Amino acid sequence: MNMVDAGGDKQPPAIELRRINKRFGRVHANRDIDLVVERGSVTGIIGENGAGKSTLVSILYGFYTADSGEILIDGAPVRIDKTSVAIDHGIGMVHQHFMLVPTFTVLENIMMGAEGSGLLAPAEMAARARLTDLAETYGLEIDPDALVGDLPVGLQQRVEILKALYRGARILILDEPTGVLTPQEADRLFDVVRVLSGNGVTVLLITHKLREIMAATDQVAVMRHGEVVRSLKTAKTDREELARLMVGRDVLFSAETTERQPGASVLSVRDLGYQDEAGAMRLKDISFDVRAGEILGIAGVSGNGQSELLDILSGIAPLQIGEITFGEDVFTAGRQADPSFLRQLGIAHIPEDRQQRGLVLNFSAAECAILGYQDGPNAGDRIFLDQARIRDRCQKMMVDFDVRPPSPELRAGGFSGGNQQKIVVARELAASPKVLLVGQPTRGVDIGAIEFIHSQLIAMRDAGCAILLVSVELDEILALSDRILVMNDGQIVGEAGRDEADPNRIGLMMAGIDPGSEARP
Amino acid sequence: MIEFLHQFLLTIDASVRLATPLIFCAMAGLFAERSGVIDISLEGKLLGAAFAAAAVSSLTGSVYVGLLAAMFVSVLMALIHGFACITHRGNQIVSGLAVNILASGVTVTVAIALFRQGGQTPLLGPGERFGPITLPFAESLSVVPVLGPFYADLISGHNLLIYLLIPLLPFLGWLLYRTRFGLRLRATGEVPAAVDAAGVSVAWVRYRALIIAGILCGLAGAYLSTAHGAGFVREMSAGKGYIALAAMIFGKWRPWPAMGACMLFGFFEAASARLQGVEIPLIGPAPVDIILLLPYILTVILLAGFFGRAIPPKAIGEPYIKER
Repeated sequence: MNMVDAGGDKQPPAIELRRINKRFGRVHANRDIDLVVERGSVTGIIGENGAGKSTLVSILYGFYTADSGEILIDGAPVRIDKTSVAIDHGIGMVHQHFMLVPTFTVLENIMMGAEGSGLLAPAEMAARARLTDLAETYGLEIDPDALVGDLPVGLQQRVEILKALYRGARILILDEPTGVLTPQEADRLFDVVRVLSGNGVTVLLITHKLREIMAATDQVAVMRHGEVVRSLKTAKTDREELARLMVGRDVLFSAETTERQPGASVLSVRDLGYQDEAGAMRLKDISFDVRAGEILGIAGVSGNGQSELLDILSGIAPLQIGEITFGEDVFTAGRQADPSFLRQLGIAHIPEDRQQRGLVLNFSAAECAILGYQDGPNAGDRIFLDQARIRDRCQKMMVDFDVRPPSPELRAGGFSGGNQQKIVVARELAASPKVLLVGQPTRGVDIGAIEFIHSQLIAMRDAGCAILLVSVELDEILALSDRILVMNDGQIVGEAGRDEADPNRIGLMMAGIDPGSEARP
Repeated sequence: MIEFLHQFLLTIDASVRLATPLIFCAMAGLFAERSGVIDISLEGKLLGAAFAAAAVSSLTGSVYVGLLAAMFVSVLMALIHGFACITHRGNQIVSGLAVNILASGVTVTVAIALFRQGGQTPLLGPGERFGPITLPFAESLSVVPVLGPFYADLISGHNLLIYLLIPLLPFLGWLLYRTRFGLRLRATGEVPAAVDAAGVSVAWVRYRALIIAGILCGLAGAYLSTAHGAGFVREMSAGKGYIALAAMIFGKWRPWPAMGACMLFGFFEAASARLQGVEIPLIGPAPVDIILLLPYILTVILLAGFFGRAIPPKAIGEPYIKER
């Protein structure tokens, strides 16, 4: 027991969790969790998806109540059964998906829920003054009258942090904070975290990215299957050890891939442009070739035109400007291609959003495994579905791809993220495509499944498939691609071969900065 | 010239009278929808309130007790809507329709049981209605050219509920834009998760919005049966709730433009009544039906995006379910 007597000079820890348990039905999401977080420290909680990190912080922030266990804040036991109680105890949270109203100003967003008076005018005056204070103390400058929807994501996140501090947060929970940031924005966030902890704010960083733990934390708790398997000082550990603890075995960091001489160009894109409904040009002058037996990676911060590019190439969005050549077929604004025709030609698509576009969550896994190919021979004759055959085929896919549980009758929505993705990948690879369009193949997928999906993509490449890989995870692009294009604001801003790919340089290009024009530090 | 002015004033006067229930209802819809709850049950609440006002006024002899009853019934119906679609996360359109159907059936059934006049209430006497209020000097000023008739016909001689709109509208705008409650209400209609994360109950904000909507619909209903009319007639709301909804959308979910749209729609109705059977040179008989269609046509054109985009509150129609 690390009890501290009142006369001691040691402060009680900011947070102490004792034997926290939480079950959802049969799932034991948190099992006997003990955690001590010192005041002013930065503590990382790392684990795969489904390891119980989010459940744990949700208990701390009052979204859930624990089935059993104790929470102590500054040494005093508290009962947090509502978010407002957590806020009263000085706990603030920056959510993975920002909790901001885009049509409100920064000031209105920060005040909302903590106005202090029934009328807005005096509340605004007070908030404006507090905001100036906070900006000075922590170096978090922001225009209080800007509309939040107009701000870049990095600043929106700053609004979230200010919102927590405004409510008097002394403990700040950051839930997967870098998912939407460029590497440079992430570095800036970690600078802010250091300033905060220097000012006595306790920070909890929830992430599944090892690099962030190493870059920003003082100590780290590793979670696996709902348990904290180890708490460590960050300085005394390394990526390999953490990864081993997270997964429970050794992990390969770079997918095993070999140099290969790519073949002829299979898919060729020239001068592609796209204007959205609001009239904004989302794609400008996009030209590239994908060759047989190569993986062309497209790096970029989410929302810079990658999704539109995939939509056009897969026939979902109309081709407005430019030309796409695939074998003998040339598509232009005058000759559109629909997705099913493209599938017949041999272009398969693993969509970015598996739940919206890859699967029908209420269909069984077997039905999902023929989606898009329901007119083909694997589904039956042209009129009736051959249920037995569909089921057996899905069963085989599930065994080959290690989908758990391997039950074709189960609703697609009942599988975990990684297993859903495996069903989509298995379906698209089963068509033996000539071109494979891949969007965010491992978003929200646990490390084991990531490794598996990566090895499958490389096997496809080695079999001669031309693969276009779009991902916002730079590590993934670097690990898999033979060639890398970087997109920013709808344009290709740079290209790098496998050997010359340097994460810093690509990070700058992702942020729209031409590294050639900047003086090297 | 004088005759034309007189006709014009009478038409505007009629527009105000016809627009008043629309304005109350549109403001009700505005509060509900800015909090994220679709409110097609305006029609049902209007009908239920109209019946309650006339029935209770007739039974007690007091129009004010009738008004209270109208607000009570309308709030009750709003709470039914809320219970279905806030507490139990039901579909807001289906729940709203259910309230409308309920109102349509229950009003007539209770009216027959109480009064045995085929679903109507008895004709209301003077103390059972909101009578016209003659403002001071209306008589003596009416001889003054231009200004006189303007004051006497248009400004003076309305009932209490119409005059109530004058302080009510600025108050509602103030409530929505200048108070803590308004800020939270607008946020709830846009990003309810943000409100929840701020430690404020989304359900409670939405319930309060629906209670306000109920009170306003109660005023509208009382106006129909005890101010504009002199008793309840079956189906007397006659689609006014839907027109108010259209006006609110036409006003892009903002109080002043919505009020303007109600006035415009009221004007169409007044003009069509006035033009009934009038020969217009070159056109022939005035196309009254087309004028009555205009509110709907304009709303469709607006929604198609011809007068700039009407952007509804982002979370509208979606029951709030806590994620994580």
